[in-house]
Amino acid sequence: MNKVLAVLYDQKVAPYVFVLPFVLTFLIFFVYPLITTIQMSFQDILPGVVVPVGFKNYQRLLGDRIFRTAVSNSLWYTVWTLALLIPFPLVFACMINSRSMKWQGFFKAALFLPVLTSVVVSGTIFRLMFGELEGSFMNTVRTFFGLSPIKWLKVQRTGFATMVLMACWRWTGVNMLYFLSGLKNIPLELYESAEIDGANAWQQFRHVSAPLVKPTIIYVLTISIYAGLAMFTESYMLWAGNNSPRNIGLTIIGYLYRQGWEQNRMGYASAVGLVLLVVGMTINLIQLRLTGVLGRRGG
Amino acid sequence: MKKLATFVLVLTLVFSSALTGFASANVTKFTLWTFIQQHARFYQVMTEKWNELNPDRQVELEATVLPYDDMHNKLQIALQSGVGAPDICDVEVSRFPNFLLGTPQLFPLNDAFAPYIEDIVASRLGIYSKDGNFYGAPTHVGATVAFYYVDILEDAGVDYRDIKTWDDFAAAGRKLKEVYPDKYMGVAETGAAWTVTAMLAQQGSDLVSTDDQPAINTREMLRAVTTLQNMLKDGILTTCPDGQPDTEGGKGYIDQGNVATVIMPQWFMSRFLDEIPSLKGKMAIAPVPVFEEGMPRSLGLGGTGTVVTLTAKDKVLAAEWLAYAKLSEEGNRMIWEDLGFDPCNTALWTDTEMTHNPNNRYNQYFLNNAFDVLNEVKEEIMMIRSSSISPIINQYVTTTMLNELFEDLMDPAEVLEEAQYVIESQIF
Repeated sequence: MNKVLAVLYDQKVAPYVFVLPFVLTFLIFFVYPLITTIQMSFQDILPGVVVPVGFKNYQRLLGDRIFRTAVSNSLWYTVWTLALLIPFPLVFACMINSRSMKWQGFFKAALFLPVLTSVVVSGTIFRLMFGELEGSFMNTVRTFFGLSPIKWLKVQRTGFATMVLMACWRWTGVNMLYFLSGLKNIPLELYESAEIDGANAWQQFRHVSAPLVKPTIIYVLTISIYAGLAMFTESYMLWAGNNSPRNIGLTIIGYLYRQGWEQNRMGYASAVGLVLLVVGMTINLIQLRLTGVLGRRGG
Repeated sequence: MKKLATFVLVLTLVFSSALTGFASANVTKFTLWTFIQQHARFYQVMTEKWNELNPDRQVELEATVLPYDDMHNKLQIALQSGVGAPDICDVEVSRFPNFLLGTPQLFPLNDAFAPYIEDIVASRLGIYSKDGNFYGAPTHVGATVAFYYVDILEDAGVDYRDIKTWDDFAAAGRKLKEVYPDKYMGVAETGAAWTVTAMLAQQGSDLVSTDDQPAINTREMLRAVTTLQNMLKDGILTTCPDGQPDTEGGKGYIDQGNVATVIMPQWFMSRFLDEIPSLKGKMAIAPVPVFEEGMPRSLGLGGTGTVVTLTAKDKVLAAEWLAYAKLSEEGNRMIWEDLGFDPCNTALWTDTEMTHNPNNRYNQYFLNNAFDVLNEVKEEIMMIRSSSISPIINQYVTTTMLNELFEDLMDPAEVLEEAQYVIESQIF
């Protein structure tokens, strides 16, 4: 017993002991599934019958129209959420951070409240609000303005817009808090000296806030790219399942779910998952290169 | 002293746990999942009967009702991983082939079924079987019929008994439109293919060909969807909220008296009773209209095959309970009396004491007798093929194809050609 304790408390060994929980979690829940997924993507898997098929799953993916729809949906969703969920929360964060803002606490809480709701509950409520019948909330609003009711979730444009709207409603608060904490790290003296030098609010933002909050922006950008590409629950709840009309709400993970568990094709689903990993990683690596986080090539 | 006290305590605990084990030795607890509330109720009724007949092998059923997609997905995951599956589970017919792929993780029910199968419609057993093994217990025949809202049809001067063909149906729809501009003769489904499949069967066709290929871009399918689309464009039909009648939105819409006809399998009677109260005493049942007189007027649609999973506690007992509950004569009687479904034991269809019982709540709801209609079309009930590609076909048809046809009103020939192409590319 004493010998074990002596080893654990040893100066050289202690760091490894502290890191061990994380390393174990990483190996078991990340590395192992990754390796088996790569293996599975080269197989056809049925209960009791596993057949290696080489690159056949990937070949099928290339010709799969529905997969292309899913990728297109996920990519456009990511683009729209990036366009809306980075500038606006940043502006809100600057506004809340500004000294002349009243009731900061209230606005912070109000913007953050949607984040605390369950995605399942909010998805269900949005589905009812945007229902196709005349009595749904949004259609009631439309008829109030003299417009005819529309089938929100059955049409590409409006269905997609609802999905993006729900995402904005939900995630503005989180991104705002990220930016707010980034802004709080900027020393006030910099603003004061800028003011003394004659900078107005916009110039202060452009030359003081923006450069110094850049690391936060890059962080939010990176996680948003991943979150956008891997979105599943919002779409699943909005259409009460994975079967949106004409697959307007189908995402890459939604397609993975459909193939893996609804159609019982785990090998094919693994290939889908790997494609998502490669796409997401590529986009993020490019993005990180461009923003200078990862070293530049040739200066 | 302390050691002795501890010893006595442990001994008491061991004995008392052994005693409780002994007391419940002849009651086996089973977990059951289903996606239809009414089924759960039926299983409890049959469990009580089983316990009366088998006091030494009693069953206690813990039934859970889950939403359709959720339940099937959870079952699939549980069977793939080998952990977490219920002992007994309802599996809907359009998803059933997915559970037969590879080596089915389900318990073969041949031995349990043996005493009863002579009386059961063979094709309903066939859709839940593979390689000579039965894996699912069928619930009903699911013969498709037309439910007519007699009151509003009479107002329009239409006698539902005169509607024999789709032309008659359309003409009746136009008359209805003159009297009730806001009501419709029926619905064009986008979330299910009940009417479309019935129209295919009338013409002797199917969604799957004899050599197990998708049969979407066919002459018969074109005729079916064009007929429906034209009626939709004329305002005789409307699309159904939530996609098809057997949904919350659909049932609510019907309950408001907006449609004169609902073409559904006979089991939809139970939904009228439980969830469409305002039409009681106003609905009649008749055979489905056909393209030309002489065509078969019905088709077995829908269905739930109840399975016993390989991870079940006492598979033999579960299988025997299941066979009793759903295939015995007693079970088949209750399938009509409690659930209002057309039982697979078709000999009972001529048992007038059962079928024409005036105290039966389903008979009380409708203006005429369901079995009169069923017996009229008994020899004309077609069966569709259930193949391993059926789930893929069903998936595309009910999400994309029907929406393109009936929501977007796209050109049927183009839609079918596209559908055939995409579905074929999804099969591998």
